[in-house]
Amino acid sequence: MNCKGAEILINSLKEQGVDTIFGYPGGVVLPIYDVLYDSDIKHILARHEQGAAHAADGYARASGKTGVCIATSGPGATNLVTGIATANMDSIPMVFFTGQVASHLIGRDAFQEADITGITLPITKHNYLVERTEDVEQVVKEAFYIARTNRPGPVVVDLPKDIMDKSIDFTSDKSEVFIHSYRVMKGFNAGQVINAVELIKQAQRPVIYAGGGVIISEASEELRELAEKRKIPVTTTLMGMGAFPGNNYLALGMLGMHGTKYANYAVSESDLLIAVGVRFDDRVTGKIEAFAPHAKVIHIDIDAAEIGKNVAVDIPIVGQVKEVLQAINQRLEAVEELSEWHHTIDRWKLEYPLRYPASCEGRIMPQHVIESIYDMTQGDAVITTEVGQHQMWAAQYYKFKNPRSFISSGGLGTMGYGFPAAIGAKIARPDMTVIDIAGDGSIQMNIQELGTAMQYKVPVIVCILNNQYLGMVRQWQGLFYKKRYSNTDISLQPDFVKVAEAYGAVGMRVTETDQVKDALREAMKVGDRPVFIDFVVEREADVYPMVAPGESLINMIGGDE
Amino acid sequence: MKHTLAVTVDNKPGVLTRVTTMFRRRGFNIDSLTVGATENPTISRMTIVVEGDDQIIEQVTKQLYKLVNVIKIVDVTNERAVERELVLIKVKADASVRAEVMQIVEIFRARIVDIGKNNLIIEVTGDSAKIDAIEEALRPFGISELVRTGKIAMLRGGCKG
Ligand SMILES: Cc1cc2nc3c(=O)[nH]c(=O)nc-3n(C[C@H](O)[C@H](O)[C@H](O)COP(=O)(O)OP(=O)(O)OC[C@H]3O[C@@H](n4cnc5c(N)ncnc54)[C@H](O)[C@@H]3O)c2cc1C
Ligand SMILES: Cc1ncc(C[n+]2csc(CCOP(=O)(O)OP(=O)(O)O)c2C)c(N)n1
Repeated sequence: MNCKGAEILINSLKEQGVDTIFGYPGGVVLPIYDVLYDSDIKHILARHEQGAAHAADGYARASGKTGVCIATSGPGATNLVTGIATANMDSIPMVFFTGQVASHLIGRDAFQEADITGITLPITKHNYLVERTEDVEQVVKEAFYIARTNRPGPVVVDLPKDIMDKSIDFTSDKSEVFIHSYRVMKGFNAGQVINAVELIKQAQRPVIYAGGGVIISEASEELRELAEKRKIPVTTTLMGMGAFPGNNYLALGMLGMHGTKYANYAVSESDLLIAVGVRFDDRVTGKIEAFAPHAKVIHIDIDAAEIGKNVAVDIPIVGQVKEVLQAINQRLEAVEELSEWHHTIDRWKLEYPLRYPASCEGRIMPQHVIESIYDMTQGDAVITTEVGQHQMWAAQYYKFKNPRSFISSGGLGTMGYGFPAAIGAKIARPDMTVIDIAGDGSIQMNIQELGTAMQYKVPVIVCILNNQYLGMVRQWQGLFYKKRYSNTDISLQPDFVKVAEAYGAVGMRVTETDQVKDALREAMKVGDRPVFIDFVVEREADVYPMVAPGESLINMIGGDE
Repeated sequence: MKHTLAVTVDNKPGVLTRVTTMFRRRGFNIDSLTVGATENPTISRMTIVVEGDDQIIEQVTKQLYKLVNVIKIVDVTNERAVERELVLIKVKADASVRAEVMQIVEIFRARIVDIGKNNLIIEVTGDSAKIDAIEEALRPFGISELVRTGKIAMLRGGCKG
């Protein structure tokens, strides 16, 4: 059959099971958009390429599928960079297609030329510049294969215009992907599993430290089985929220810089740390020499390079979390009684619960908004966040029940991520309530996506915890820079209610504590368009407890009132 | 300690950049790097000399393996391997010292590949120690230019690497 490159591209996407893509058109991708015009693939037109990237990312995180995003050459492609880096840091399977100037113009500073494969080299799992129309199908297959297997990550495919325009005689090749220099990890070291089981049996004070890898590996059930069988307390990273039910009696909540005191104390006192799909990030470990000082460490991870990268490990197990946990669980009998260890942890939980000061002069406390969102949804919602204090409060005060119910930029910490990600998540999971917990700073970074949400009638709820500050930065200025609030006051801001209304969306403002739940209830009823709720909150609330940067986890400050 | 890694990679455009980008981004230091063709035209061979302790070399190796175009890595540092480097040295040598210089060339089994009025160009191959030694020996005469290729390596016997 005679096919244009662009037709082969779209056909190959369908072969991969793609039904929704996010993007923004431009000159050199015209051939692709022309084919999309007649295609049954749904294309969501964002209002900024960064918005498209994060929306595709939110779609991937909410569904477990590979997110697909497309942009034109030059500025379109460079606008994707933050989105690509965000996905890369959090190991999200995504394929980005960028237009490129025609092959004969590459390297001549042609109009809207940018070396996007060069630019994205350090922030992708892999990338391609397609050189022949004949290669399009194979590259697409490889791109999806690489993006979703082993440790997932973003792949960029750069498509010169002439390659998309050219017609060739084409028959689809249905063979399996084989890349001689890239092998999918299979199995694991059974001997190490036996060693791990022995350590688990002997441990007096074990803790499970679970992260994003559990969610990627869809291993929440196996994790729960291990924890409940052996009564092992579980702390999760920010990326692991939802991997273990937050309301389970063994749940310790998040650990690390803004983790709970009891999680950090438990890790610090533990004699066995079972690290499952985590990467020992500095936000988690604090001062690395003082991290879990008494513990033997078992580390289960698909990426061999993560083993021993930051922390020395006693028992490394390279493999899929799911398979490894199944093997471990099989070899362990259940224990019934709770031990001294649980009593110690219970005492910590009683003594050092998460708490926040009562509001002054009736102002809404931001933490209260999060608690109310939890009360209203009971964990049956997808929560996305922007980046800042509100993100930390969301992790602390919302009890995540299910995997893929917390979607947040952990590794890169990208302000402006949450709103487009919520749109993508809602498109992936129309059955779920989707709420973006936002700061007034972050929401202004991709607020234009209101247009997207209106066009496709995506009823996401955006809860702005409006403190009129770049709050997280202000908090650090308060703590470490003598309260010199340099360039963090953003009280000059638009009326968010009116902004929402200007797009035809619903806007609400809440100033009283007793109106918080009513507003949420009303927002959840809307159902056919986005809702912005502007919660006017206490301006100088801080996130506590906190481990100051470079400190050890046992030295937590704040959170005592 | 210096490690010599023999790295087999796809012979495709951009692969060298992928490798060096990884080193730069992760703050690993490349002491020397050579790339060349192999008996198989689709595959090239890099010999990378890296300075670092065992933990660093382990990270370097694992991170290299994650690059899709990297096929195989062998640390030949402690293996029975043949290592070679080539160097061209332009040394000041007028008539008065030329005999002395030629004697050194003789001792190291190097070759004189060009003779100018006041200087000679000397070609030496050998392992790094030998090249360091001849460089040292010639230095007193005045080295006006020196180019080293960086190391290439191959395991003896068997078919590993
Ligand atoms: C303002 C701010 C504050 C923060 N504070 C905290 C904090 O207090 N506490 C905290 O925890 N985080 C915090 N973070 C997030 C932090 O920066 C990291 O993103 C997070 O800790 C990393 O989580 P993780 O270890 O679960 O790794 P992820 O980034 O989720 O990585 C997943 C790991 O699992 C592995 N993996 C992937 N798939 C599989 C599989 N199928 N099988 C096996 N392994 C697999 C990967 O190789 C990787 O090692 C903060 C972020 C921001 C922006
Ligand atoms: C794109 C980007 N720029 C800058 C930062 C640094 N930063 C981290 S948190 C923060 C403040 C966020 O303010 P806001 O969204 O209002 O949330 P709050 O902390 O007040 O809840 C800033 C500027 C960032 N994470 N991302």
